[in-house]
Amino acid sequence: MNSKGIGKGKGLAAIVMVMALAAGCGSGNSDSPSNQGGGANSGGQVIKIASQSPLSGGSSIQGEAIKLGAQLSLDDHKDEFSKLGFTLELVPYDDQSDAKKGVANAEQIGADQAVVGVIGHLNSGVSIPSSVVYEKYNLPMISPASTATEFTDRKLKAANRVVARDDFQGPAGAQYAVETLKAKNIFVIQDKTAYGQGLAEAFRDAAKEAGATIVGYEGITVGEKDFNGVLTTVQSKKPDLIFFGGMYAEGALLVKQAKDKGITAPLMGGDALDSSGMADIAGQDVAGTLYSSVAGDITKSNKEWADSYQAKFSKGPEGYSVYAYDSMSVMLAAVKKSIEDNGGKLPAREKIRDAVRATKDFEGVATKVSFDDKGDNLYAKVFIYKFEGASYPGSMISEVSQ
Amino acid sequence: MNDILHTLPQVLIDGLALGAIYAVVALGYTMVYGILELINFAHGEIFMTGAFVGTAVLLAAQGTGLASSLPPWLFYLLILLIAMMFTGALGVGIERVAYRPLRKAPKLISLIAAFGVSFVLQDVVRFIAELRTSNYIVSSSSLYGERMSLPASSISSLFGDATVKTNTLIILGAALLLMAALDRFVNRSKWGVAMRAVAQDRETASLMSINVNKIIVLTFFIGSALGGATGVLFAQQYGTIDPYIGFILGMKAFTAAVLGGIGNIRGAMFGGFVIGILEMFASSNLGTLTGGSFGAEYKDVFAFSILIIVLIFKPEGLFGRAVKEKV
Repeated sequence: MNSKGIGKGKGLAAIVMVMALAAGCGSGNSDSPSNQGGGANSGGQVIKIASQSPLSGGSSIQGEAIKLGAQLSLDDHKDEFSKLGFTLELVPYDDQSDAKKGVANAEQIGADQAVVGVIGHLNSGVSIPSSVVYEKYNLPMISPASTATEFTDRKLKAANRVVARDDFQGPAGAQYAVETLKAKNIFVIQDKTAYGQGLAEAFRDAAKEAGATIVGYEGITVGEKDFNGVLTTVQSKKPDLIFFGGMYAEGALLVKQAKDKGITAPLMGGDALDSSGMADIAGQDVAGTLYSSVAGDITKSNKEWADSYQAKFSKGPEGYSVYAYDSMSVMLAAVKKSIEDNGGKLPAREKIRDAVRATKDFEGVATKVSFDDKGDNLYAKVFIYKFEGASYPGSMISEVSQ
Repeated sequence: MNDILHTLPQVLIDGLALGAIYAVVALGYTMVYGILELINFAHGEIFMTGAFVGTAVLLAAQGTGLASSLPPWLFYLLILLIAMMFTGALGVGIERVAYRPLRKAPKLISLIAAFGVSFVLQDVVRFIAELRTSNYIVSSSSLYGERMSLPASSISSLFGDATVKTNTLIILGAALLLMAALDRFVNRSKWGVAMRAVAQDRETASLMSINVNKIIVLTFFIGSALGGATGVLFAQQYGTIDPYIGFILGMKAFTAAVLGGIGNIRGAMFGGFVIGILEMFASSNLGTLTGGSFGAEYKDVFAFSILIIVLIFKPEGLFGRAVKEKV
């Protein structure tokens, strides 16, 4: 979900643009009033952390969750920093899920010398071009949601993420299927797209290695509605599990038509099946379908944190809220450490950037964080969800670590 | 080989259902071509519009509780009729606005107009669907979703059992009924004679006091209504539709029309079933036949290769007659 998406909403764009301009004009002057209100810098030198996520358009719910998660962590660390003589401030930007907007914002963020780090973005398609700009300004970024492999594979010094990579989803699914579900015969179907085929091949290879037999590997065409032909083959091979690499529109139809044929083996897929469309299209038949996601269900694993989020913002956390919280905590820990190393003064951005990358065994709320030399989190997990009935989302049933 | 025989009953049933849909849509292509020598590429989109109209009526009726007060078969029939009237009128409107002004223009111009119409229909339907449901993929419940088992294994132990949805039987029944009715209409009625006359020679037909425009309008109405009805059957069978279903399906139905000999109504019906069964057969057996080197994703390549082979040896299609009378 987070590797795609092009924003459409332009509603808040104008307002945000004005805000962004106000912030941009004050570049070079660390005491300039920001869009968080000018009165906040009373406690000493201001340290700004920017957040970039879609606050308008189709992904605004997740984007807002990233902003609020970052906000919560920042507020939790305010006292700590005021003791050191600094005032923390969050500067939220709206990237509209649009790469062009994200890059334009990144230029403004980079020009504001008071900003020392960025939390964002949601979409990989925005994170990738924007990270080039942050790299130019030596500004560390931590993404709580971008999963595309390319994001960290370019080995930028500035780009980090706390969630798992896309190419871990297939192996993680295979590990769960073979070790937990004890699936021996697996039928793999893919939709011939870069995403679907990549996922299906990664799954197939990992499942084979883990000892399962791949009884079939077939392709379908995106946009078609009749998959009875492939499913007849599936039926004759009698697999314990069907793995599908593809989007929810085809996945839901496969689930439904498989049930029509009396196939009882459950279907498993990647994060593209993490959609309410699955339940809409397949109805009751969706029950038992499995999918993986890089975001865990925090309301299950840490109720206390979820309640404090609920109390502060009077709405429940979304999948990425807690990852934004952890990203901000990692960022602030790195900032604090580099201030201490610099004799109590705010060091240059390069130092903070390197301190972020040097993060080792940081205990976050949702995940432990250790960045490798590319900026991937060594402790990132993939979570397995299961649809219990004709309702979305499914419930989290397992987690797989690397 | 045993695998192929084992799955054959299921393949045949699924292939017949898909083939019936192709066949009825193919009729729309072939009828218009027969009369105007125009390939109406917007026909796939008319099919798609029919699917959306049917689903809209279904959802609206379910929302107001009207659906539960009618017996399902009557309700199904009602939806079919509403969708047929709507798409029939749509087809007539398209002919009037996009094709009639171009009737004297080169064939290529009309063809491009047809592409234009199909893009317009796709986007209009998408716009309305997104406006009403905030998602252009629309799903609906099936009125006849029951599943039953067909014990083909009792005929011979080589065959495996097949499962059929009630709606599959409805599709087959409705398609056969529509095709039989059309066949009778074209071959036996006065209007049918006029239609065939216009197809043979438009000018001479008009000299025989046949109102050519009226016949063309009628052709578009019938072809489009058939397409719309298939759309409803399709939406009921698969439960989910989007504004782009008409493109691929239209292409295949057009292929079916060409295979049967474009302009020939019985040929289109036959071609539809052939393409449907071939496609289903290929997608479940290609992997077995080629030892896994070509999978189900090559089913269209397989079906279209057959088409090419047929056209090499019989360029006019299986049932088509080489055109001689229009010298």
